[in-house]
Amino acid sequence: MTKLDAKIPKGPLSEKWTNYKTHQNLVNPANKRRLDIIVVGTGLAGAAAAASLGELGFNVMCFGIHDSPRRAHSIAAQGGINAAKNYPNDGDSIYRLFYDTIKGGDYRSREANVYRLAEVSNNIIDQCVAQGVPFAREYGGLLDNRSFGGAQVSRTFYARGQTGQQLLLGAYSALSKEVGKGTVKMYTRHELVDIVIIDGRARGVIMRDLVTGAIERYAAHAVVLATGGYGNVFFLSTNAMNSNGSAAWKAYRRGAFFANPCFTQIHPTCIPVHGEYQSKLTLMSESLRNDGRIWVPKEKEDAEKIRKGQLKPTDLPEEKRDYFLERRYPAFGNLVPRDVASRAAKERCDAGFGVGNTGLAVYLDFADAIKRLGKKVIEARYGNLFQMYEKIVDENPYETPMMIYPAVHYTMGGLWVDYELQTTIPGLFAAGEANFSDHGANRLGASALMQGLADGYFVLPYTLQNYLADQIRVPRISTQLPEFEAAEKEARAVINKLLSIQGKNTVDSYHKKLGLIMWDYVGMARNREGLRKAIDMIQELRADFWKNVKVPGTNEMLNPELEKAMRVADYLELGELMARDALMREESCGGHFREEYQTPDGEALRDDANFFFVGAWEFTGDNKEPALHKETLVYEYAEIKQRNYK
Amino acid sequence: MSNLRLKYASITKKIIMGVMGLFLSSFLVVHLSINLLVLFDNDQYLFNQAAHFMATNPLIQTFQWVLFLAFVVHIILGIVLQIQNWLARPIGYKVKGYSEQSFFSKYMIHTGMVVFIFLIIHFANFFVKAKFGMVDEITYPDGKTVDNLGILIVNLFKDGYYVAFYVVSILLLGFHLEHGFQSAFQSLGLHHPVYTRWIKALGTLFSVVITLGFITIPIVIYFFR
Amino acid sequence: MDLTLKVWRQANAKENGRFVEYKVKGISSDASFLEMMDILNEQLVTEGQDPVAFDHDCREGICGACSMYINGRPHGPDKGTTTCQLHMRRFKDGDTITVEPWRAKPFPVIKDLVVDRSAFDDIIQAGGFVSVSTGGVPDANAIPIPKRKADLAMDAAACIGCGACVAACKNASAMLFVSAKVSQFALLPQGRVEARERVQNMVAKMDELGFGNCTNTYACEAACPKEISVANIARMNREYLAARVIAPND
Repeated sequence: MTKLDAKIPKGPLSEKWTNYKTHQNLVNPANKRRLDIIVVGTGLAGAAAAASLGELGFNVMCFGIHDSPRRAHSIAAQGGINAAKNYPNDGDSIYRLFYDTIKGGDYRSREANVYRLAEVSNNIIDQCVAQGVPFAREYGGLLDNRSFGGAQVSRTFYARGQTGQQLLLGAYSALSKEVGKGTVKMYTRHELVDIVIIDGRARGVIMRDLVTGAIERYAAHAVVLATGGYGNVFFLSTNAMNSNGSAAWKAYRRGAFFANPCFTQIHPTCIPVHGEYQSKLTLMSESLRNDGRIWVPKEKEDAEKIRKGQLKPTDLPEEKRDYFLERRYPAFGNLVPRDVASRAAKERCDAGFGVGNTGLAVYLDFADAIKRLGKKVIEARYGNLFQMYEKIVDENPYETPMMIYPAVHYTMGGLWVDYELQTTIPGLFAAGEANFSDHGANRLGASALMQGLADGYFVLPYTLQNYLADQIRVPRISTQLPEFEAAEKEARAVINKLLSIQGKNTVDSYHKKLGLIMWDYVGMARNREGLRKAIDMIQELRADFWKNVKVPGTNEMLNPELEKAMRVADYLELGELMARDALMREESCGGHFREEYQTPDGEALRDDANFFFVGAWEFTGDNKEPALHKETLVYEYAEIKQRNYK
Repeated sequence: MSNLRLKYASITKKIIMGVMGLFLSSFLVVHLSINLLVLFDNDQYLFNQAAHFMATNPLIQTFQWVLFLAFVVHIILGIVLQIQNWLARPIGYKVKGYSEQSFFSKYMIHTGMVVFIFLIIHFANFFVKAKFGMVDEITYPDGKTVDNLGILIVNLFKDGYYVAFYVVSILLLGFHLEHGFQSAFQSLGLHHPVYTRWIKALGTLFSVVITLGFITIPIVIYFFR
Repeated sequence: MDLTLKVWRQANAKENGRFVEYKVKGISSDASFLEMMDILNEQLVTEGQDPVAFDHDCREGICGACSMYINGRPHGPDKGTTTCQLHMRRFKDGDTITVEPWRAKPFPVIKDLVVDRSAFDDIIQAGGFVSVSTGGVPDANAIPIPKRKADLAMDAAACIGCGACVAACKNASAMLFVSAKVSQFALLPQGRVEARERVQNMVAKMDELGFGNCTNTYACEAACPKEISVANIARMNREYLAARVIAPND
């Protein structure tokens, strides 16, 4: 059954990547020009990969759904990017970053991949500085670092509250440089509708031009998917409106395995839901937890009064407040990893201590920090976040504590990839959030940017060459081959079907229903019964969608409703797989919390004896149960422990 | 590539506009100080002497052509820039936008055009007449014989319509200067966290002084002479 | 609250557009402007009409996708705010709101409120980068950068490329956008290396694309959701002057 070979290089952990690079196959410059590579996605991973591969001399085609590559959702990351530079001299090292990431991921990630990530993290910072990324600096002119959740050292580099934006603009500028030179051809407003497999290898893609609706074929020697995560399956998430899981899903349907789909990260510091019309949730950077203290009232009566607006939080005396993270986790306090913080907030709200008019919010209070450091310092650190909060909530966080609640933020699961970032389809690679590899069951803050750029700048340019080395004799692939013909026909059939239903319900109405099912049963806390119910409900909803959805307009136009419909159709399948994966995984780890498996004091209870593996799912056909493949994890170096942030 | 730059070169044009503008502003100071002399005596002696000096000094005469060139370049570039600007937005907005930052900046072409028309009339009235000897001479008691340009001014400013036209034109020139002065500094890249505020204030002061100065002359002559 | 919307509708780049009036009812004052547009679109889809197309993505004010000209102002009445962060509490019950696309020759309308801003990408491709390839770069702390300069560079780099500056400018000039990128790199030693070439190439591309000229009205700064300063434009002018005239070989 198992086809899963992670292809981890031999040797000690710290030498694996060096060994790989020393012994891998290369492609000579003259041959690079004759090899085509398709990169789908222009976020950190996609833009970095396209630019780096273009620099090497490959012929790159890069696709993005936005009007410009610079809009990819990496742009929204606020807090920072980790690296093991140890500039602050506080005891950081590659090994420590590796270990923190493994531990933060609750021992469900692959050792070798994570070590490589930690190893190249320093190169990323060097690269970005060279590109002109304006990282925060100290008065001496050297780079500044801040601390972040899940770490006891300060290893996070940042550019005000806009680190993701600045890093993406760095990658975008590198990409633009290559587009200008002609080594990369950029296609904006193009969405992947299928992947073309020829003789078992990924050889091209079918794209829909979002402006004209034209269905186009593109062929290449290798295809890279850097299309991000699938958090929008929940409808309400911190993801951008157009972020979607469809490209990865198409790969799955074409035979790539989907790993750990149930590992979803719920971010603790988001602005609470406020109305039914709400379209998305806004994240407030985790860095706020550096200075903000999280609390709810100690007494239910006080919480009740606050909810009704009879009591102001600022009037509640100190002794009547419950700083529950500091109480439960004295060692890490407000800086526990995201999954722990989220669950603790949910626990308090479920127990009736929540605030805000819905009771689904906790306070994040800066009063102490303002007293200690002064308003100016707080303003300098978080000014833009406070401003954003005030715009949305219409309350001044300098005066009254912020309200936050967890929200879906990131998906650790994704396409299964080996050490080379190659999926189970030869020639199909996945990078960034789209793959599953580095974060295990939970991602640490400031590590997504690190992984995206590591994959794009420093991993793919090597591993793709290793793959392409034996492809140099393969001539340019024709888009007239029958496989392209068939894939295009299938894509058109789906589009025509969606347009022909003309039912009575809008696409969003289905998406919202799916989101509620996912949040209620496949969200922060899951149980057997609920997951089974969710699977049934999703199947029902899917059947209804294909009967009653209403998609206006035609294919041959800019048709955002059609775009949404195609994505929701995929979510309606993906959601089910997530529930199945969550049902299969009878343990609690990281972002996956099964109510049946917890310690007496409510902490996650991992089961390393039975679930120390990556669960990779294989598509077996529509409405058929997918097949599970297990990649058993082998830890040679990291000591496996119960995660303890107390 | 260099051809392309010549053809477009928006910043180059702006810099030239700015330099010419500032040069023309300095000319206005000279012009105003001489004009004001007309108010200081009843027989325009001072003014006519100064005018005579300006008309005969070889250095000034040479400079006159530089000035003329500056006018031409400033005007032509202004028109070219404006046409390009109009072309940059072929379809306008239904709800017109407004800038809170600088009101007069939106009407540079309009104020500029009025000033240009004024300039032509002004040329016909004074410059052409003086150049082609169409001005009567006057011999003052001290024996100096010069063209009596002063009387030309006084006579013109007895005409109410002309005074009105003159005053309006100068007012618009003032508006033009109010934006143009500080704008020239910005075009030249002279922006400063502190001094830019002073430059703007100076620009306003300059435009007010120039406007009031020029307007005072016809008002005084029309009403008090 | 109940509102009347006058929205620019245009089927595609080739056809002529016009304003169409819509009524939306019962909008919460806590809804964002785009959520109000979502509600309108749900209504239109249910009625069997074509929904209004508009660019949007992150809805956090950072991606720069949203681009609506609302009641005579890019991104609406709030200072330093993108359309997606504009909330309906800024309007009154019964208001009429006119929504138009960005208007500029280099930003042709694709559909309704969606315009093609690829001209900005073209400008970046002409020089908005530091010519370093991946790998082989010095240590990040090898070159100290004065905090003052790093902060100024960050101020300039905060530009989200939404195009509000072009939309607001009476001349449809892109100077604020271009100068922000030129400034960011000119202020940093890494970008200084090719500063002379960069400013000339980017300005030439900007001119070639048909953006208007800057007349220093500063409407761009007033409309910029990231409040990028016009000091950047002055810096670019200075850089350009230096590159072309004063010290081309520095």
